Amino acid sequence: MAELLFWPALLAYGEAVVAYIGNARNPGLAGRAATWGVRVGWLVQTALLGVQAVRVEGFPWATWAGSLNLFVWLVVGAYLIWGCRAPYRLLGLAVMPLAAALFALARVGGGTAAGPRSHYSNIFLVLHVGLVLVAFAGFTLAAGLSAVYLWQERRLKRRAAGLLRLRAPSLLTLDALVARTIVVALPALTLGIAVGLARVRSDRAHLDALMVLTLLTWFVYGLFLLLRYERGWRGRRSAYLALAGFALVIVVRLGLPVTHFS
Amino acid sequence: MKLVLVGLSHHVAPVELRERVALPLEAAGELSRDLASWGLEAVCLSTCNRTELYVAAADAAEAQERALDAFGRLAGADRAELSSALYRLADGAAALHLLRVAAGLDSLVPGEGEILGQVRSAYEAGKPGALLDRLFRQALHAGKKVRSETAIAESPASVSSAAAALAQQVFGDLSGRRILVIGAGKAGELAARSLASRGADIAFVASRTPARAASLARQFGALPLPLEAIADQLAAADVVVSSTSAPGLVLRKAEVAAAMRVRRGTPLFLIDIAVPRDLDPAIHDLDGCYLYDIDDLEAVVAESLAGRRREAERAESLVAEEAARFREWQAALEVVPAIASLRARAEEIRRGELARAESRLGRLTEHERRTVESVTSQIVNKLLHLPTVRMKEAAATAHGAVYADAVEHLFGLDEEAT
Repeated sequence: MAELLFWPALLAYGEAVVAYIGNARNPGLAGRAATWGVRVGWLVQTALLGVQAVRVEGFPWATWAGSLNLFVWLVVGAYLIWGCRAPYRLLGLAVMPLAAALFALARVGGGTAAGPRSHYSNIFLVLHVGLVLVAFAGFTLAAGLSAVYLWQERRLKRRAAGLLRLRAPSLLTLDALVARTIVVALPALTLGIAVGLARVRSDRAHLDALMVLTLLTWFVYGLFLLLRYERGWRGRRSAYLALAGFALVIVVRLGLPVTHFS
Repeated sequence: MKLVLVGLSHHVAPVELRERVALPLEAAGELSRDLASWGLEAVCLSTCNRTELYVAAADAAEAQERALDAFGRLAGADRAELSSALYRLADGAAALHLLRVAAGLDSLVPGEGEILGQVRSAYEAGKPGALLDRLFRQALHAGKKVRSETAIAESPASVSSAAAALAQQVFGDLSGRRILVIGAGKAGELAARSLASRGADIAFVASRTPARAASLARQFGALPLPLEAIADQLAAADVVVSSTSAPGLVLRKAEVAAAMRVRRGTPLFLIDIAVPRDLDPAIHDLDGCYLYDIDDLEAVVAESLAGRRREAERAESLVAEEAARFREWQAALEVVPAIASLRARAEEIRRGELARAESRLGRLTEHERRTVESVTSQIVNKLLHLPTVRMKEAAATAHGAVYADAVEHLFGLDEEAT
C-alpha cells in the first residue's frame, strides 16, 4: 500500500517541478498546475506516512531514509503555507526540485516502505527527531526564501529589463519571511537538541561530531537572529548567513546515516 | 437584424479630425437616442482615441446612411472629406472589432484598462436593443476575461508607472512608504503621483525655488525643503524621485551612505528622471540602494510593452472565441422567426383538429382530454424537434436564411403573414 502511494506522490511532485519551470518561462496556467501538483503530492504523501504509521504501530521514521521521507513532507507542508499564492511560485522552483529528489532518495533507502519498529522509545523519537526535522524543514524553507531574495536583489542591482515580467515577492517581504521562519524553527531545534542532550546524559554517552555540528547550526541561526534584532542586519548579509546555516543543515543530514542510523 | 459599425480611430484619423467628432458621454448618449428615434438600435463610443457608432437595424444600408450622416454633422464636413478616415464594418467584423476594443487590443498601449470602463459607460448611455445589448454585454465579458486570463494589463506602460512597479519590487505594499521628491517639475510630479496612487506618502518636496517647493508640497500635504536639506531627510525617506534641471549632481554617494547607516538595513529606492542626471550613479553600488535613471526605466517599459504584445496574441484568440459565440447567436436570430411561425402554425393545426375531433367523439372526461392534449402535443414536438435543431445548425453555418426561407415556403408561413 505504501509503495502504491509513493509513485503518485512522486509523480505529482515531478509534475509540480516541470510546471514551475514552465511558469518561470511563461507565467500563468503553469503556475496553477504547479500549485495543484504540490497540493496533491503532499496529500498523497500524508496518506503514505499515515499508512506507514499504522503498519508499524509507532514511529516508523527512525531510519535515515524514513526521516528523510518525513523531512520532505514537513518541507513541502511548510512551503504550502505561502507557496499557493502566485507571488511565491518562484520559491517553488527552489524548493520542489529538492523535495522531489530527496523523496526519491528516501525511497532508494527504503524510507517509504513500512519498515521495522525502532529500538528507540517512541516518545524520545517523536520529540527529538520530530522537533529537529521540523526545525530543519523551516531552515530549508528559509534557505529557499534567501536564495530567491538574493536572485531578486541581483536582478534589481543589474537593472534587468525583464524585472517586471517575472515578478518575485518584494525584497522586504522575502527578508521578513526568512526571519519569521527562522524565529519559528530555532525554538524547535533548541527543544530537539535539549531532548537529545538529556538522552546522551542519561545514557552516559559522549557528544559525537554530528551533535557538535548540530550545536554549531543552532549557533549560526541564533547569531542570525541576534544580529538582525540587535545590530539591524538585513538584506543580502542576512540572506548569506541563512544560507550558511543551511549548508550546516545539509552536512548534518548527510552525516545522519553514518552516526545516528549505523 | 443587421449590425453596422461606422467609426474612426487613432489608427486612421489625425487628432485634428478626432477632436471634431469626439463627444462627451452625455452628448454620445444624446446621439444614440437621436438615432433610436429612427427605429434603430444605437450606441456611440467616444474616447480621445476613437469615436464609433454601433447601429443595428433590419436594413443595414439605412443604418449605415444614418451613421454616416451623424458623422458628417459632427465633423462639419461632407462625406467625401470623411471617407478616407472612416471605417465601415458589418455584422461579424463589427462585433469582433468591439470585442477587440473592449479587450484593449485596438488601443495605443495594448491592454490598457481605461477603455473597458469607457465601453461600459457608452453602453449604459446608449439605446441598445436585443442585438446591441447582447453584443456589448459580450464585449464587456471578453474584456474582463482577457484581463483575468492573460497578463496583458499587468506590466507598466509608462516611465512613471514602471518606477512605481519597481519600488513595489523592493518594498511590496507601498502604503505608508515615504517619498522625497527633488525638483518641482512635471516629470517628477507624475512619478510621485504614480507612487502615491499605490498608497505611498509624499512626505518631502525639495526645490531650488522655495515657492515652487511650497506650492507642490501643499498639494500633497508634504514638507517643503530647500535642496541643501535633502541629505538630512534621506534617512526618513524610502523612495527618492529626482527631476531637477540642475546642471550637476544634487545628491552624492557619501551623503546617501551616511543616511544608509542610520536606516539600519532598510532599502532605499532612487528614481532619477533628470537629464543631466541629479543623482550620483555610484549610489547604486551601496548595499541596499537601488538607483534607476531614465534609460533604465525606459528599458523596463520597452520590455514590458513587448510582453504586452506577446500576451496580446493570447488575448486575440480569446476574443476570437467570444466573437464566434456572438456570430452563432446572431445567426440563430435569422431562423428564430421561422421556427416560431412554424411552431405557432403546428399548434394552431393541432388545436383545430382537436376541436373538430371533440365534436365528433362526443363529450370527453377531463382525464381523457388531458391525455389527448398530451399525446398530440408530444407528436407535434417530436415532429418539429429535428427541423428546429437542423435550422439552428444551419444558422451557425451561415445557411440559416436559406433554411428559414425554405421552411416558410414549404409550410406556407409566408403566405399566412401576407
